[in-house]
Amino acid sequence: MTDSKYFTTTKKGEIFELKAELNSDKKEKKKEAVKKVIASMTVGKDVSALFPDVVNCMQTDNLELKKLVYLYLMNYAKSQPDMAIMAVNTFVKDCEDANPLIRALAVRTMGCIRVDKITEYLCEPLRKCLKDEDPYVRKTAAVCVAKLHDINAQLVEDQGFLDTLKDLISDSNPMVVANAVAALSEIAESHPNSNLLDLNPQSINKLLTALNECTEWGQIFILDCLANYTPRDDRESQSICERVTPRLSHANSAVVLSAVKVLMKFMEMLPKDLDYYSTLLKKLAPPLVTLLSAEPELQYVALRNINLIVQKRPEILKHEMKVFFVKYNDPIYVKLEKLDIMIRLASQANIAQVLAELKEYATEVDVDFVRKAVRAIGRCAIKVEQSAERCVSTLLDLIQTKVNYVVQEAIVVIKDIFRKYPNKYESVIATLCENLDSLDEPEARAAMIWIVGEYAERIDNADELLESFLEGFHDESTQVQLQLLTAIVKLFLKKPTETQELVQQVLSLATQDSDNPDLRDRGYIYWRLLSTDPVAAKEVVLAEKPLISEETDLIEPTLLEELICHIGTLASVYHKPPSAFVEGSRGVMHKRLPARTGSGESTESPDVGAAGGSAPEAAPSIIPSQGDLLGDLLNLDMAPPTTSGPPPPSTGMQMGGMDLLGGGLDSLLGGDIGGSPAMGAGFGAAPAVMPASLNAPVGGGLGDLFDLGGVGMPMGAYIPPKIVWLPAMKAKGLEISGTFARRAGVIQMELILTNKAMSVMTDFAIQFNRNSFGLAPAGPLQVLTPLGPNQTIEVSLPLSTVGPVMKMDPLNNLQVAVKNNIDVFYFSCQYPISMLFVEDGKMERQVFLATWKDIPNDNESQFQIKDCHLNSDAASSKLQGSNIFTIAKRTVEGQDMLYMSIKLSNGIWVLAELRVQAGNPNYTISLKCRAPEVSQCVFQCYEAVLKN
Amino acid sequence: MIGGLFIYNHKGEVLISRVYRDDIGRNAVDAFRVNVIHARQQVRSPVTNIARTSFFHVKRSNIWLAAVTKQNVNAAMVFEFLYKMCDVMTAYFGKISEENIKNNFVLIYELLDEILDFGYPQNSETGALKTFITQTGIKSQSKEEQSQITSQVTGQIGWRREGIKYRRNELFLDVLESVNLLMSPQGQVLSAHVSGRVVMKSYLSGMPECKFGMNDKIVIDKQGKGGASEEAAGKSDLGGSGGGGGKQSIAIDDCTFHQCVRLSKFDAERSISFIPPDGECELMRYRTTKDIILPFRVIPLVREVGRTKLEVKVVIKSNFKPSLLAQKIEVRIPTPLNTSGVQVICMKGKAKYKASENAIVWKIKRMAGMKESQISAEIELLPTNDKKKWARPPISMNFEVPFAPSGLKVRYLKVFEPKLNYSDHDVIKWVRYIGRSGIYETRC
Repeated sequence: MTDSKYFTTTKKGEIFELKAELNSDKKEKKKEAVKKVIASMTVGKDVSALFPDVVNCMQTDNLELKKLVYLYLMNYAKSQPDMAIMAVNTFVKDCEDANPLIRALAVRTMGCIRVDKITEYLCEPLRKCLKDEDPYVRKTAAVCVAKLHDINAQLVEDQGFLDTLKDLISDSNPMVVANAVAALSEIAESHPNSNLLDLNPQSINKLLTALNECTEWGQIFILDCLANYTPRDDRESQSICERVTPRLSHANSAVVLSAVKVLMKFMEMLPKDLDYYSTLLKKLAPPLVTLLSAEPELQYVALRNINLIVQKRPEILKHEMKVFFVKYNDPIYVKLEKLDIMIRLASQANIAQVLAELKEYATEVDVDFVRKAVRAIGRCAIKVEQSAERCVSTLLDLIQTKVNYVVQEAIVVIKDIFRKYPNKYESVIATLCENLDSLDEPEARAAMIWIVGEYAERIDNADELLESFLEGFHDESTQVQLQLLTAIVKLFLKKPTETQELVQQVLSLATQDSDNPDLRDRGYIYWRLLSTDPVAAKEVVLAEKPLISEETDLIEPTLLEELICHIGTLASVYHKPPSAFVEGSRGVMHKRLPARTGSGESTESPDVGAAGGSAPEAAPSIIPSQGDLLGDLLNLDMAPPTTSGPPPPSTGMQMGGMDLLGGGLDSLLGGDIGGSPAMGAGFGAAPAVMPASLNAPVGGGLGDLFDLGGVGMPMGAYIPPKIVWLPAMKAKGLEISGTFARRAGVIQMELILTNKAMSVMTDFAIQFNRNSFGLAPAGPLQVLTPLGPNQTIEVSLPLSTVGPVMKMDPLNNLQVAVKNNIDVFYFSCQYPISMLFVEDGKMERQVFLATWKDIPNDNESQFQIKDCHLNSDAASSKLQGSNIFTIAKRTVEGQDMLYMSIKLSNGIWVLAELRVQAGNPNYTISLKCRAPEVSQCVFQCYEAVLKN
Repeated sequence: MIGGLFIYNHKGEVLISRVYRDDIGRNAVDAFRVNVIHARQQVRSPVTNIARTSFFHVKRSNIWLAAVTKQNVNAAMVFEFLYKMCDVMTAYFGKISEENIKNNFVLIYELLDEILDFGYPQNSETGALKTFITQTGIKSQSKEEQSQITSQVTGQIGWRREGIKYRRNELFLDVLESVNLLMSPQGQVLSAHVSGRVVMKSYLSGMPECKFGMNDKIVIDKQGKGGASEEAAGKSDLGGSGGGGGKQSIAIDDCTFHQCVRLSKFDAERSISFIPPDGECELMRYRTTKDIILPFRVIPLVREVGRTKLEVKVVIKSNFKPSLLAQKIEVRIPTPLNTSGVQVICMKGKAKYKASENAIVWKIKRMAGMKESQISAEIELLPTNDKKKWARPPISMNFEVPFAPSGLKVRYLKVFEPKLNYSDHDVIKWVRYIGRSGIYETRC
């Protein structure tokens, strides 16, 4: 009992001494030395120098010593591959040992040694061990196949181990079955499309039989595997559920959660009018509640999962509110999760109790928890209308405590309550205003400012209050600045006479003295609105706001479905799909709940529909919660781009997006003032930066309409032929080919969708990743009828150029996500930049000349177009079809020089000089542009247009 | 699956480090120490993600156990495994402490090699493990012994070995309940539940088939309809001494069982049948919320007299048969942080103000049913300019009573061993009921 001494020696020359001891003749001394080596290894010392000496101790009949040497080998073999070979013989010999424990030990350890040469020797012993008479050896060998696959997948396939492993699913010993299932599941994960597990009713039956007999861990492996199966019909689904339900009474929480996962998934397929369906629902609640009496760490895992389950099927736990009441001694992570679930379960029936609890929590010590409790009171008010009044008075009580963070949190939620119940609780504004000075958090300040602006007409000293914020305008955070700007504009529209000075002050602060583009843009918009049409301004700024949704922090439905398929796992703890935190190919497969197959297509029960369906439509909700998910193409919210409903009121996104197209292009936009006749007039007052950001959308949009007559459409614009973008192989049978076109000033993406799978495809939606020119779908993907097997449909999708901008490489690359009922697929394609050439791209001669001179010569690039047999006039008219306008033509020494201009949808001008020599099929083209990045793409268009 | 397992002492020094998967590097050991053990903040979650590596941890006294992974593992399983690991270590060398771990590190590595293979938990029943992982080094075994070990480790009844013999067949059943309560100052029950355990200690020969019966409402109602009661014999020798009175049956909200219990049989017939592990095991856990006997009622009265004085009066009433005695009663009355002095008067037991715990602790050794006792205290406060109000933590209580507050009664436990010649009547059976306080709190 004195092994701890091994941890203490740290003197010099230790390695040398150990070496001597390892080579000692005395067995005891050897063992002591190996123990010292392992202890040093544990604390992180490098003892790899002793490799040969330790390996020499391997041949021993002392099992304890052998295990220690093996442990050493597993750690250092990789760093000493050549010497590791020395160990092979012993392993191979041990695999033949009469003692099954030693056979298993050898095969288990060998699999952990990640040295290529050793793995070669592993194959034969492993093959024998997979068929060993002793189940203990077989169960170890089964796991070893997974180990080997991790090192060398090809080898495992070549050696036929996968088939042997599959055979083990029918083994007589339940533990062998369980380990085989675990190994196969792991291997299958890295081959998402292989049919490795080959789950069918027969093999499922075997698994269900083994389920009753194996260890608790084996039950988890089997249940997790079952969850990947999709039953053929509702009857099979029910019979599996019936055999899985007894697991809900297992003492191991992981068994219970995995069983819940299987049930939640297969329940999807059961018709709701079935008696069994409601029985099953009732059976789910008690085990979930029991999980809360487990140790705190498990409670945490359980609560994170219950949070998902409550969102998916609120009916299961709706009567169990009390078990989520927070206990004084709960760890903080359990408290916060319980609170979350309490809000979700709050309803008219239990609101009184919930409020009493929340009030209690608001006096606790932990700041985060208190904040969340205060916020929860506000959520209750919004969710249960009958309780709103009590909630507001509770919040007022809390504000009276004057505890700084409580007050701030209360003000933030009161703002939301005002949004939900306009003109009902204004009486409390006076109390709120008393606390103005104590607010130091941006969110609370912004909320307060919003309230003052919104109810400016009822607050006598609204102007004074807002003015007081204005003093330190530049020190405020953006959130507060934006809110202050809007609030003062609201105030001005409501009380124009007294506040003219104030509004001018804030507009100039926002536009002239700020570096923040969002703020500047919003400032300009207000400025323009106010100076051109105050009535319109009133309609815009004081418009009725869309109602905020009742539920917050709801997980987006497709993600929720995926997470339900991952109950019990880390994904369900993080509330993120596995792809968000797992590297490599593992877990990237998106799991989906099965569709209901029963003929009785009964409609969703109303409460489920409300909870599940509200998220996509709730786009204008002011409480976005999935910020971290947005923007990441993998997690794109696949709801079709909003076609109705006003844009979020709080941001100037569209404008903000336009003026940043890579830092380098910014200057270019500013220089083009002369090019756009739409602006300039009437806006002399505004500083010169402004047109830069407004020019593009205004010019682009209006120009399309007005200039049509002047330019005409002599011939069709160039449209590249359709090519396959997404082969059916990569997209579970969906093939997409397409092209881009510009028709009558509208950019269109023309798609052909072909269903090469056996099942019907529905629910198509499309979304783009950010791209160089802000291309975005202008409407939903119009696939109205389900796409049957072998059917093809042609769709054209109008595109806008006001989406978010991000520079791509190559510049005209576009990443697209297409969703259907089966999965989400991603592909990227390149569009001809010619479709971005707008119809008003014809420059005035004078302007052209000036601009040509103005652009530095560094920005000029020259290209050759070979084998083109058009004369200059034909070329000119052909190019005009694609909105490349010839401004002038000059002939010098038999060489035609055509000067042309192009304008891109984002306002970039490209100037070109095309030299055509009679009889010479090679053209020379020089392009000049302030954004030289686009030249290459433009050249490609020239080539494509001229040669087609 | 689990990629590695580390054990640290309170300073964050590694005591045990076992890596199972190639994707876990040595730096993971340090990442956890820096980000969790040495973190300034209190632990906000038992699962931490650091640089796409997830760490699961549990703490036993001042020892940290951390499991590491880069995959989407079954999180519940990882925690269950960590608890199991603690159980196994405790069964082998007692308390989990730095000293014990250092003293047994070779054993721990051996255990980790056996119960976790490539990150997949394997059989972790102590009974089975102890047959072949011993501290004295492996004995040379005969061929039969070896195959017996492997068949037990992998077998259907992995928790019991064959050939166990006792001269006296004996079994002990303990019904251990903890009663939890949260009461409002006005005496309204906000939440109350009993979480109970049936712990069985058995010294039985052979492979005994056991059948356990209790006054579960569902079973009783079913039998009531069926008519004849077959359990008359079993009932006579196992009558429990319930405290609350003559409740016939109780409604069990939910129960979970040791893995020896045949769950499918319970699901179908609600009968509890099993072959028990030798020695001690937790046969079942259950939870009830209806008709709970609350052994004590706490009536608090707190009055703030000015800014520097607080008057507290607490009455406790016992609510069970007068013939029964509650023991180890302790009432903990929290006091504000700025308490400067406390004067206490109590009718029974001893009460003390413990400044380090910010509480008055009132202890009573014994108290019979249907009695009542009282404590009053005057708390002097230091004046502070702290704006934040005192949060008034709830008054908590501890006690032990000799009955099951849920009303659960054991009706029978029958033993059949077809191969050996002893019958149910030859087995000596003992049943004991202990009710303890769980979190028993009254807000004030």
